[in-house]
Amino acid sequence: MAVAQTDIETLATADKPRGYWSGVGRRFLKDKVAVAAGCVAGGLILMAIFAPWVAPQDPFDGTMIRRLSPIGTEGYPLGADELGRDMLSRLIYGARLSLFMGVTPVLIAFVIGSAIGIAAGYAGGWVNSITMRVLDVFYAFPSVLLAIAISGALGAGILNGLLSLTVVFIPPIARVAESVTTAVRKLEYIEAARASGASAFTIVRAHVLGNVLGPIFVYATSLISVSMILAAGLSFLGLGVSPPNPEWGLMLNTLRNAIYVQPWLAALPGVMIFLTSISFNMLSDGLRSAMDIKQ
Amino acid sequence: MLIFTARRIAYTIPIMLGVSLVCFALVHISPGDPLVSILPPDASVELQEQLMAIYGFDRSYPEQFFRWLGRALQGDLGNSIATGRPVTSEVMNAVGNTLILAVTATIIGFTLGGLFGFVAGFFRDSWIDKLASTLAVVGVSVPHYWLGMVLVIIFSVELGWFPATGAGPGGSSQWAWDWEHMSHLVLPAVTMSVIPMGIVARTVRALVADILQQEFVTGLRAKGLLDRGVLAHVIKNAAPTALAVMGLQLGYLLGGSILIETVFSWPGTGFLLGQAIFQRDLPLLQGTILVLAMFFVILNLVVDVVQSALDPRLQRG
Repeated sequence: MAVAQTDIETLATADKPRGYWSGVGRRFLKDKVAVAAGCVAGGLILMAIFAPWVAPQDPFDGTMIRRLSPIGTEGYPLGADELGRDMLSRLIYGARLSLFMGVTPVLIAFVIGSAIGIAAGYAGGWVNSITMRVLDVFYAFPSVLLAIAISGALGAGILNGLLSLTVVFIPPIARVAESVTTAVRKLEYIEAARASGASAFTIVRAHVLGNVLGPIFVYATSLISVSMILAAGLSFLGLGVSPPNPEWGLMLNTLRNAIYVQPWLAALPGVMIFLTSISFNMLSDGLRSAMDIKQ
Repeated sequence: MLIFTARRIAYTIPIMLGVSLVCFALVHISPGDPLVSILPPDASVELQEQLMAIYGFDRSYPEQFFRWLGRALQGDLGNSIATGRPVTSEVMNAVGNTLILAVTATIIGFTLGGLFGFVAGFFRDSWIDKLASTLAVVGVSVPHYWLGMVLVIIFSVELGWFPATGAGPGGSSQWAWDWEHMSHLVLPAVTMSVIPMGIVARTVRALVADILQQEFVTGLRAKGLLDRGVLAHVIKNAAPTALAVMGLQLGYLLGGSILIETVFSWPGTGFLLGQAIFQRDLPLLQGTILVLAMFFVILNLVVDVVQSALDPRLQRG
């Protein structure tokens, strides 16, 4: 009896066809660049989470004696900033706010944008037209301009920064969501589901979501890189995060006055922004080709 | 063609209305009284009401919107709260400088990006292709304001080749095509050109690779055409899309120049926006954004019309 059971189990697993996702995983792992980018991005996230354990010093603790110490100062491997605070610790702690400010808007916009796009795509007709025309208005602004306009009007602050970036990313995500949903909606199995009497909600939940969320998600990950640059850019302009919090864009802004004294020290926070943005970009490229999405 | 253009213009009008509504809303989403930056904290209620009436803030929202829109259509965007000068003239002074910067950057970015993308697409999977693709990824991932700082560090601080800030000697904001002014343009324009370069390189590479796979290219080759001959056909087919991307990129640069203009203290619209934000000068903020967004909308329209004139197949969509 027990033997027969295992036989059936081995048979069942052996015959199970390889799923789509295992194929995606296999293709992704073969892409060395994407895997490396994934490791860097993962490392940055871990660094942000475990900042108190990784950072050698308190990022808020500074004395004017150490003001603008050069890179390589003993005990301060990356020097000290304009208030004498340890640069390495501030860069490590900076990952927390910088990643939070860069990733959160895309996540929120992914949820809201997908909902709008899928609803518009599935509904079709005039609902679709009106929704898309309204989104077109936001599309008529270059993304940097819209983000700065909204957070400029709302004033500095983390919440205002997040809000303005979310508004910027909803229209592009909704547009992609709408186009993939429209494509799926025309497929025969949706028609079959409708003919069998399934409600719109059931069809979307059971038949549409699984087929559209993947491509929308990959598109959203490609926006993280832009979002990181924009979020740090807002803080760079004095919007977004405010001092003395460690955030890469803000650090770049305050150190800008020091470029004639310690030029390379002043450029350090930008290296972190660049590293984050490029690793998310390559990760997203790898995901896209692994999932075989053409855009 | 005429019908297409007319339809495209008709489609643009509601967008413009929507854009102006968003710009109008900017002042009203901002917290606090819009007059707070000019009113002394101990201002009497009468003075406050008087100013509210002058700026028209005491009327209903729809009324305010249509009054504002009506004046905007006549070229009156109100007065700057900080300086009291008309917003229109401030913006128009700055737009010229931003245009010089953005156009120069687009030309550099399009030339280099197009070249890289073309070579990469033509010699697919060669080392040139890999190099060009890497450059394209770097171009879209680099925080351009930081790149600007790095260029300043290298070429102004360390080497002293180019000036770091301003648009001319002695902080002049009047542009002239002499060496003194052009040397101020080099660093900001090169910095800015990196954005379209990456995107143009990516687009052109994909375009060329796609065109080379089409049957007519096989046909041309079968006919005995050399690579050089094929090249001409590829360029002709890739040009409309590439030009459209260039036009859109110019629009993005015009609107997105604020960060680079801040780094280089370039006296353009971005710099103006920065001032407006810090002085909480909402009419100036609103007016500048309206002008930039309208530029972008009109540029989109022009690009669509030109592209469909070059490639009539698009008119069917």
